[in-house]
Amino acid sequence: MVNVLEQRMQQSFVDHVDENLLMDCMRCGFCLPACPTYLITGQDEVHSPRGRIALMKAVRDGEVKWDGSVEEAFDVCLGCRACEPACPAGVQYGTLLEETRYAIQEAKPTSLKEKLIRKVAFDGLFANQQIMQGTVKLIQFYQASGIQKVTRKVGFMELFPDSLRDMETVLPKIVSKKTRQPQEKKQLRVAFFTGCLMETMFQQTNQRTIELLEYLGAEVIIPGGQACCGALHGHSGELPKAKRNAVQNVNAFHHEDFDFIVQNAGGCGAFLSEYGKLLGSVEAQRFSEQLTDISSLLVKLGLTEKIAQLPKKTEGVVTYQDSCHLRNVNKVWVEPRALLQATPGWEFKEMPNAAGCCGSAGIYNLLQPVVAGQILEQKMKGVKAVTPARVVTSNPGCLLQMKVGIEREGLGASMQAVHIVDFIYETIF
Amino acid sequence: MEWITQLQQIVGKDHVKQSRAQLAAYSFDATAGFQAMPDAVVSPESTEQIAAIMNVCRTYKVPLVPRGSGTNLAAGTVPSQGGIVLLFNRMNQIIELDEDNLCVTVQPGVITLDLATYVESHQLFYPPDPSSMKISTIGGNVSENSGGLRGLKYGVTKDYVMALTTVLPNGTILKTGGKLAKDVAGYDMQSLLVGSEGTLGVVTEITLKLIPLPKAQKTGIAYFTSLEAAGKTVSEIIAAKIIPATLEFMDRGTMDAVEQFMNLGLPQDAEAMLLMEQDGDEEAVTRDVEQMIALAIKNGATHTAVASSAEEALRLKAGRRAALSALSRKRPTTILEDATVPRSELAKMVRAIEEIAIRNQVEIHTFGHAGDGNLHPTCLTDSRDVEEMKRVEQAFAEIFEVAISLGGTITGEHGVGEMKSPYLEWKIGAEGIDLMRTLKQAIDPDNICNPGKMFAKSTKPRVVLHYG
Repeated sequence: MVNVLEQRMQQSFVDHVDENLLMDCMRCGFCLPACPTYLITGQDEVHSPRGRIALMKAVRDGEVKWDGSVEEAFDVCLGCRACEPACPAGVQYGTLLEETRYAIQEAKPTSLKEKLIRKVAFDGLFANQQIMQGTVKLIQFYQASGIQKVTRKVGFMELFPDSLRDMETVLPKIVSKKTRQPQEKKQLRVAFFTGCLMETMFQQTNQRTIELLEYLGAEVIIPGGQACCGALHGHSGELPKAKRNAVQNVNAFHHEDFDFIVQNAGGCGAFLSEYGKLLGSVEAQRFSEQLTDISSLLVKLGLTEKIAQLPKKTEGVVTYQDSCHLRNVNKVWVEPRALLQATPGWEFKEMPNAAGCCGSAGIYNLLQPVVAGQILEQKMKGVKAVTPARVVTSNPGCLLQMKVGIEREGLGASMQAVHIVDFIYETIF
Repeated sequence: MEWITQLQQIVGKDHVKQSRAQLAAYSFDATAGFQAMPDAVVSPESTEQIAAIMNVCRTYKVPLVPRGSGTNLAAGTVPSQGGIVLLFNRMNQIIELDEDNLCVTVQPGVITLDLATYVESHQLFYPPDPSSMKISTIGGNVSENSGGLRGLKYGVTKDYVMALTTVLPNGTILKTGGKLAKDVAGYDMQSLLVGSEGTLGVVTEITLKLIPLPKAQKTGIAYFTSLEAAGKTVSEIIAAKIIPATLEFMDRGTMDAVEQFMNLGLPQDAEAMLLMEQDGDEEAVTRDVEQMIALAIKNGATHTAVASSAEEALRLKAGRRAALSALSRKRPTTILEDATVPRSELAKMVRAIEEIAIRNQVEIHTFGHAGDGNLHPTCLTDSRDVEEMKRVEQAFAEIFEVAISLGGTITGEHGVGEMKSPYLEWKIGAEGIDLMRTLKQAIDPDNICNPGKMFAKSTKPRVVLHYG
């Protein structure tokens, strides 16, 4: 009997997964020790970049028929892209993964329920920042009205899976948006990509980002009409929707004149920096080239020297959890460390495997709670080895995940996870 | 299937995998152009379990392919006749470090670099350093008799194997060697097993010799405008009674690729590069490196440098380290070969490779271990292009032919596997193949252990050389 899904899947791989990119992999295995899922699964080649690329090719060539085990291999990938710096042949694994997930999404019959969820998430929540803000207002109401206290007290959250429950407990306290006063024109103009989670759930961090930049003499502009960066769409097989958001963002940032586009979320930053590749237009390329992350910009504007002169009081140990995308895609790991090392009173200690993924990976920790939990457990061993008072991160997902890790280990009393902007801000002001 | 049920009883259901994804993920190794699906992937946790697995395989005539990390380059771990792929991911313990007898005992799944780092933390040294050591396993290194950059001074894996536990094809457990410096009792079974590429049994425990960690290390580099000058320098270094820890080589094409990729500022007129390293006592190391550089200059090196710090040494080494990366980015398929000649024939061999590449209209660049004559002619091609692949195959056949005619061999450190089996007879002769067959037949009469490797269905006809 001919299996229609198998056939459709192969055709979809042929249509959407670039054969030339697959051919770049020479199967040398240099990616294996860099891959968190390969290591956490006891060196299972299925959960390695080399194995997954072989599977992509095998499905495309019709050598392996599609089934649940093949799908699982792609689902278990964190998309952390630690394999890319390790690859001698320069395989574009991130692109291949996005293409593969798109091919799967195109060919797979999705239930009405999933279609609806995807529609709400990708066309609603993570497309339009106003809707996102509305949703977060609900969370704010939930927190402020005392419902959060009550639900926690009566154990309502016990009814939900662990991963969601843990997330609920670490949701940051959402503060109301401040209205910004128009600024005088300065020499250095920085356009701020606010992001959706950062502009809502982590609104305070965004406000502080602006204040830090202004403190360093920059004029901060927030171009209107920004959309979600599209990373979540891209990573979930919704490439056309990711491109739609990308086009909207490129347009939003196209009309004003500024020196940098800055963002403060590692995951978004990686996706934004690849708009040039994603859209292939001159404007998109310019957008990607102008993009910088907040740590790099703060260092560039002389913050390290400035904070080094602040009065010292002994605070404790600080460590840094790399954002995979900031490190592996944007190649930024020196600057955040330089900032932490320069912060007076704090002793920076590198934790073992700081560059390894924490298991957050967008919404991976919700979709793959078991593997994510194992990776987080491993990560917390590294954290405990340096016993820091602060674990600093550069991405909202990592921040929430590290908060979950700290809660699970019962370290909440002595340890806090904070975004790098908040950490620096609290030192200065 | 009955035999699958039995395997599940031995190792537990979770450790016998048969999903489509699993079978596909273990259908290949690092060799271009070879792939075949196994019937199951099995992860045992002890020698006894492997013995029981072997008995099942023998009873049901199921091929058994042991596999470390699958980094080998001769298709030695591709399950070309199906059967089971046997993994060592659950057998990865360092069992004992014996500082009195200067040896370490490990399970086969230990990653080579992890072992090296571990013994170095005790001021001891395990010298074999295959380029894949970050990934490869010790078990794989023993089975393939792997080499590395330090081969000239320190030898290959076999020079460090002191004792082995091996499950033989009849299911018995054989122990050979011991923690002894000397042992000449009977046939040297251990030497037969090391490098047997999983065709004579499965190695399940390994005792390795260690030596004291050298105190100092120094790196120098020299660029030449002719291949012959570089080759002559290699010969003169050895003639001057210096045995460098490493003596590495890159040809013009490789340097061009590295320069395009990394912009290191390599001299544009250079035809060849030699990277020299010595380790040992401080004074001797400095003297040797200075003398090697002096010899290079005497032979017309246009540019030389000696690293004054560890960072500078890393910078000098960056080009050679990036050779494979740089080359692999040029075309879709990269085939890294392993021809070896006596080091006096180095320049002749590299010239011959250049001529063969031109004649067959294929792109081949060469780098490798000049000190031990072990060269890696690397072909950049596209495995989808059937016509081109035929020319690639012809070119490699000619390369092996030249290597043998210069007193060399078809593989210095990668092994024979399936890829080079058609050429093995060229090197060891019909008598050699006959004796190997007799041994294989006696030890593995049912041909269970890694069938189709080492022994080719037929030997390639010798090519007629135009090389002159």
